[in-house]
Amino acid sequence: MTEINEETVRAEARAWLEENWSTDYGLVEWRRKLAESGWGVPHWPSRWYGGDLPVGLVPVVEEEFKRIGAVGVAKVGIRTLAAATILAHGTDLQKEKFLLRILTGEDIWCQLFSEPGSGSDVAGAVTRAEFRGNQWVVNGQKVWTTSAHKAHWGLLLARTDWDQPKHRGLSYFVIDMKQPGITVQSLRQMNGYASFNQVFFTDAKVEPEMLVSEVGNGWAVTTTTLMHERRGADALRSWAIASDKPGRIYDEERDEVRTTMEPYKWYPQRVGRIDLLLERARATGKIDDPVIRQEIAKVLAMSKAAEWTARRARTAQEQGRPQGPEGSLGKLASSLVARAAARVHTSLLGPDALLTGEDGPMNGLLAEILVSVPACSIAGGTDEIQRNIISERVLNMPRERTGDTDKPFKDVPRNIVA
Amino acid sequence: MTVKFSFSNEQEEFRSNLRRLLADRSPTKEVRRLMETDQGYERDEWKAINNALGLTAIRIPEDCGGYGLSFGDQGIVLEEMGRALLCAPYFATAVLAAGAIINAGTEAEKEALLPCIAAGETTATLAWVEDNARWDAEGTALTATAESSGVMLNGHKTYVVDGHTADLIVVLAHAPQGLSLFTVDGTAAGLTRRALKSMDPTRKFARLEFDRVNARPLGVVGEAAAPFARTMIEATVCLANEMVGGAERLREDALAYAMMRMQFGRPIASFQSMKHKQADMLLEVELAKSAAYYAAASLDDGDDDVAASAHLAKALASDAYTQTAIHAVQIHGGIGFTWDNDTHLWFKRAKSSEVLLGDAQYHRELMLQNWAA
Repeated sequence: MTEINEETVRAEARAWLEENWSTDYGLVEWRRKLAESGWGVPHWPSRWYGGDLPVGLVPVVEEEFKRIGAVGVAKVGIRTLAAATILAHGTDLQKEKFLLRILTGEDIWCQLFSEPGSGSDVAGAVTRAEFRGNQWVVNGQKVWTTSAHKAHWGLLLARTDWDQPKHRGLSYFVIDMKQPGITVQSLRQMNGYASFNQVFFTDAKVEPEMLVSEVGNGWAVTTTTLMHERRGADALRSWAIASDKPGRIYDEERDEVRTTMEPYKWYPQRVGRIDLLLERARATGKIDDPVIRQEIAKVLAMSKAAEWTARRARTAQEQGRPQGPEGSLGKLASSLVARAAARVHTSLLGPDALLTGEDGPMNGLLAEILVSVPACSIAGGTDEIQRNIISERVLNMPRERTGDTDKPFKDVPRNIVA
Repeated sequence: MTVKFSFSNEQEEFRSNLRRLLADRSPTKEVRRLMETDQGYERDEWKAINNALGLTAIRIPEDCGGYGLSFGDQGIVLEEMGRALLCAPYFATAVLAAGAIINAGTEAEKEALLPCIAAGETTATLAWVEDNARWDAEGTALTATAESSGVMLNGHKTYVVDGHTADLIVVLAHAPQGLSLFTVDGTAAGLTRRALKSMDPTRKFARLEFDRVNARPLGVVGEAAAPFARTMIEATVCLANEMVGGAERLREDALAYAMMRMQFGRPIASFQSMKHKQADMLLEVELAKSAAYYAAASLDDGDDDVAASAHLAKALASDAYTQTAIHAVQIHGGIGFTWDNDTHLWFKRAKSSEVLLGDAQYHRELMLQNWAA
C-alpha cells in the first residue's frame, strides 16, 4: 500500500486524468465516470463515490483538474448541501437513490427551512408533517426557497410532534417537489428580482423511507445542512466560473452554470461592489474630493482587513491550530463593508442615484447596488444573530433568554400566519 | 507567505514568555508609579526587563550585537508592551532611533552606535517634528551648518518621544546639501531639553532647543530623505502593532467587567446591548490586528506596496483603539470615569497613539495616494 501524501495523490490524480479526460464526453456521462473512479469527490468514503482522502488533500486534486482543464462533479446550488446532509445522516437507500444524481447534476435540489413565521428562529417551524396511513402528509408554507420551481427534490424541515419542546418536535425529510400537493410562487424582492420562492404544501406526500435520521431528530440534521451552507458561502463565486474553452462538455457545463447561477445575478451588487469605487470616483471627477477620498479609504481598508482576517482563520485551520475568534467575523464584516460601500456609491452618483435601469449609470447596475445591499445584513443570518453568535460562542457571554425551549411547542406564543 | 497570517510556534512561545514577564514586572500598580515620575521609566528596572529577553536587540543586525530578527518578531514585542502599557523608552530607542541608524547609517556608524542600544546600555530617540507639527520631513526647519569646529545644529524639535531622557538623539535637519540626519548626545552643550506635560502620562514627550549643538552626521549628508521615509513607515507599522495590543487588553478587561458586574439581578453582560457592543469591539480589534500583522510581515517580505499597508494598519489601529477605549469607559460606567480605575490609562494611551505619527484621516489619505488614486 502506497503512502498517502501530496505527492502520491497528485501523481495518481494526474495519471488518471491524463488517461481518461476528454472534452468529447457528455457532461453527465463524464461525471458518472468521475463518480465511479472516486476522483470526483475524493474526500467522500470510497463506498460512496469517493476515495477516502483527507479533506486537506482535496485542493491538490482540484489543482490537477484545473491543470488539465477537466470538468468536475456538479457543485453549484443546494445539491451540495443535500449531499453532505445525506452522507452524514441518510440511510443507504437514500444514498443509493440520490448521491450519484447529485454528482452528475441531473437532479436539482432546494432547501425548505425558513417560513414566514420563523426567519432567524428556524427551529420555530410550524409546517406540519403527520403520519397518516402509510405515509407522511405535509401542510404549511416555506419561503426564501431558491430554485423551488425547478427543483426535483427538497430538504424539508417540518414539525412532527407539538407536545415536545421546540427543538425536539422536528423531523427532516426529502420531499418530491414534482407533485400536486406543492405549489410554488415566486417572491419579488425590493430590487425587482425574483430569485426566491414561496412554497405551499397542501396534503403533500412523503414516503416513509424519505425521512432523514429519526423522527424528532430534525434539528440536528438541519444543523448539519446549515453548517455546510455557511462553510460553502465563500466558495459560491469560484464554483460559478465555467471554462471558456470550446468543446461539447464545456458547452454543457456553461449551460448548467448559466441556469443555476441565474438567481444569483445580483449577488455581487448586494455586497457593495467595492471594486467599482475608485473607478467611479475617477469617472465622476470626485476622486479629488477629500471627503469622498476618506470614505472610499475607509471602505477599502475595512474590506482588506476583513480579507486578511479570513486568511488568518483559514491559515490556522490549514495548520491544524485552534481557530481564534477571527473565524466568526466574516459575515458581519462583509455587511458593514457593503453598507459603507452603498453610502459611498450614493455620494458618487449624486442626482443619478434618483434613476435606475437604462436611465441610470452603468445601465442601472449602480442603482441595483443601492437596493440590493439591504439583503446582505439579513440573508444567511442577520447581523443581530451574528452578534449573538459572536458574543455567546466566541466571547462566552450569557445566552439570550428564550421563552420557548422548556414547554410543549403547542403552548409557545407564535406568529399568526395566514 | 503564511507569516502574514500566522505566527510560528517559536513566536507564540516568545509571546507568552514576554506576556508573563510584563505581567510580573509591569502590573498597573507599577505603571501608575512610573507614569508619575518625570523620567517616565526607571533605568535599572527597564534594563532588567530588556535584558531578560533581549528586547532592544531583536531587529539589530547580528554583526552589531543584535539578533537580526524580523519586524514580525518586533511586532510581538510592541503588541505585548502596548497590552501591558509598559513604561519604557522602547519605541523611541528600538524603533525610531535604531530604525533611523539601520536605514541611514554607514557600516562604521552602525557598528559604533547599535551595540550599546542592543545591549540596553543606551536609550535613544528620533527628533524630527517641529512646531508646524508635520509628521513627514516637509516641516524640517532646523539647520545644520559646517563650521571649523564641526557641524552645528540650530533650531528646535518638539513632540520628541522620550526626548528629555534619551542618551542619544537622532536629529533630522536641513544641511546645505539637503535633508540630513545627525546624532547628538543627550547632554550635548547648547542643547536644552524640556519635558512636556503629556496628556498620556505613560508616554512622555519633550521639546528640544538647539543652540549651536555640535553634531555627528548619520549616513551621507544631504541624502536622508529615503532612509527617513523608510524609518517612518517602519515606525508606523510598529506603532500599529503596539496599539492593537492595548486595544485587545481594553476589550478583554471590559468584557471581564461586564461578566461580573450585576445590575437588575443579572450580569450586565447578559444584556443584548452589551453583547452586541462586545461583538462589534471584537470585530474592530481583530480587523486592526490582521492589518498590523500583515503590515509587519509585508516589511519583512519587502513588498512594493508596504507603505499602503502601513498606512492602512495605522488608520485601522487608530480608529479601533480609540473606539474600544470609548466603549470600555462606557461599559465600566461611573467607575470607568474615575482615576482609580485602570481604564483611563489605556484610554489616554489610545488617544496619544491615535495622534502620534498622524491620525487615521492622515493615514487613509496616504494609503489612497499609495494606491495611485
